[in-house]
Amino acid sequence: MSRIAGRFQQLAEQGRTALIPYIVAGDPSCDVTVPLMHRMVKSGADIIELGVPFSDPMSEGPVIQQGHERALENGMCLSQVLALVKEFRKFDDTTPLLLMGYANPVMHMGYAAFADAASAAGLDALLTVDIPPEEVEEINAELQRVGMDNIFLVAPTTPEERIVRIAAGASGFIYYVSLKGVTGAGHLDVNEVAQRLAAIRSHSTLPLAVGFGIKDADSAKTVAAVADGVVVGSALVDVMAQTVSRGGSSGQAIDAVAGLLDEIRKGIDSTAS
Amino acid sequence: MTSNTSENLYDTVPDAQGRFGQYGGKFVAETLMAALADLEVVYRTLAVDEQFQQEIDNDLQHYVGRPSPLYEASRWSDSIGGARIYLKREDLNHTGAHKVNNTVGQALLAKHMGKTRVIAETGAGQHGVATATIAARLGLDCVVFMGETDIQRQALNVYRMKLLGAEVVSVSSGSRTLKDAMNEAMRDWVTNVDTTFYIIGTVAGPHPYPMLVRDFQSVIGREARAQSLAQTGRLPDALVACVGGGSNAIGLFHPFLQDETVAMYGVEAGGHGVSTNQHAAPLTAGTPGVLHGNRTYLMQDGDGQIMDTHSISAGLDYPGVGPEHSWLKDIGRVNYVVAKDDEALRAFHKLTEIEGIMPALETSHALAYAETLAASMTPQQTIIVNLSGRGDKDILTVAKIDGIVV
Ligand SMILES: Cc1ncc(COP(=O)(O)O)c(C=O)c1O
Repeated sequence: MSRIAGRFQQLAEQGRTALIPYIVAGDPSCDVTVPLMHRMVKSGADIIELGVPFSDPMSEGPVIQQGHERALENGMCLSQVLALVKEFRKFDDTTPLLLMGYANPVMHMGYAAFADAASAAGLDALLTVDIPPEEVEEINAELQRVGMDNIFLVAPTTPEERIVRIAAGASGFIYYVSLKGVTGAGHLDVNEVAQRLAAIRSHSTLPLAVGFGIKDADSAKTVAAVADGVVVGSALVDVMAQTVSRGGSSGQAIDAVAGLLDEIRKGIDSTAS
Repeated sequence: MTSNTSENLYDTVPDAQGRFGQYGGKFVAETLMAALADLEVVYRTLAVDEQFQQEIDNDLQHYVGRPSPLYEASRWSDSIGGARIYLKREDLNHTGAHKVNNTVGQALLAKHMGKTRVIAETGAGQHGVATATIAARLGLDCVVFMGETDIQRQALNVYRMKLLGAEVVSVSSGSRTLKDAMNEAMRDWVTNVDTTFYIIGTVAGPHPYPMLVRDFQSVIGREARAQSLAQTGRLPDALVACVGGGSNAIGLFHPFLQDETVAMYGVEAGGHGVSTNQHAAPLTAGTPGVLHGNRTYLMQDGDGQIMDTHSISAGLDYPGVGPEHSWLKDIGRVNYVVAKDDEALRAFHKLTEIEGIMPALETSHALAYAETLAASMTPQQTIIVNLSGRGDKDILTVAKIDGIVV
């Protein structure tokens, strides 16, 4: 069983919802990323989603865009992200790791070369925002070859027949984008999310994680009541950036993320049945 | 036999997946996939709908002022002493460039789809102006995204858009030019996809945009082909057009693709020279990758990050190019070449002084290459250059370079 499937199964048995924090690799600095990942696990992260910085992050709101820009200025690149994964795995062989990024860096490395390097580093899954099912065949073949999950997005605009198609090709979990918009937007409608998740569940038995508009313990709590996983990104990237811009150290930036994650974890667990 | 295969070849792209060979496609976030599918269905229906075509033709004739003339640049041709050069006068269109051919078409699509708001990205501001113009005429809300750098160098067009009632949003992320404006337009679209139609200004973006923009711009080549036959009794020997995203070039080239005797040259922005990295010539010096929804030649670094580009002209300052051009390059049907900043600038002055026609700086790249090409040809031969736009918007840029305070 893959790490992701195993983790969701374990959580299901405990009646808990997965907390999935997103950070940009190399933001605010390259040497923060791995210690931050370990610390997030301590603060209750069940799966870590590591953003691969890209020059043109079309689906990101301003907060994560700036995270990408900082990471690129720090010289972060895809092969170095994989090196960070490998470093993390030295001390943590159980927490599932997911890369989230855009098609071009992966395509530029070559799908086969990426799959080999990523599985050797200990990566579990890939989510490419701009590779929809129509374009996924080539990269899917490579990910399947090395036993990695490919995480698909379902959006509020995805019609039912596409949900069926996505469900057929998905593994690991399905990522529901909670709103029409970019990451960090603020207009999440929980009732609508619940309805859409029900629609997806009628076509798939995979766990469903929800992301894009969740920013604090309250919103995480309401979403956790209907989802199997909650993704929090912009809020974490923001709290780090704020800390650093006030002159805080790397350690303080890590503390700030951990503090927020602790609260969110509590919020999520307070819904546990 | 051969002519039979080649006759069909150019009609086979894009295929059902929106691919031109290995290029094109739909590399966008899931949220937009349904909107692209809707757009394709509506477009494919309207493309064969006589009433819709009449609506477009009517607008092109009475609002845009088509057909645009095919003008023999006699003094310029004489001064070169080679091939006779004809200019396809897209600068005489309403709003001053070829861009309006496309905005007329897409705005009518928006209207048919019941959208009340249109958005656009712009570099030189010509596409933004053309979009704001049509939006004013149809009573649609209009927001134009423009890089901060371009807002400074195309200040006149920014004010034009505002006069037309559009909101101009300054984009300060990334390289602050056309590609970043396109990122921001995509972000807006994903947020407001229910009410908003994204009018893309060139033959790039996800399928079906490269196809429908090509179709709307092909009026240029259809007219030019008929005008050439009527005025010179024959087809031209060569076509020349500048290539930013590639819409004016594909518009001129496409109706001639099956005419094997017609050579074609797409001129990219050579900036300070393609060996310097300070240019915007992905077909000449780039490699294939994915940006803005399609696979195409790009300027990218070893990590697949999109590189900053440089061109004197905002409208060519883009690291990608329409996927059909990538395909036409690979199959060898079109030659892609470059003209540098200084060569374009010289051509700008030359045409202004010798023909009384002031070209856009984008267009000046095509003119610079045409001059070299013409010199290598005979007076019995003819070249058509797409005079894609007029240079009024660039007067302040040129003055600044020439050290003149206006
Ligand atoms: C006059 C003119 N020509 C050419 C271009 C380049 O665009 P394309 O390559 O799509 O024709 C522009 C873009 O702004 C323009 O304004």
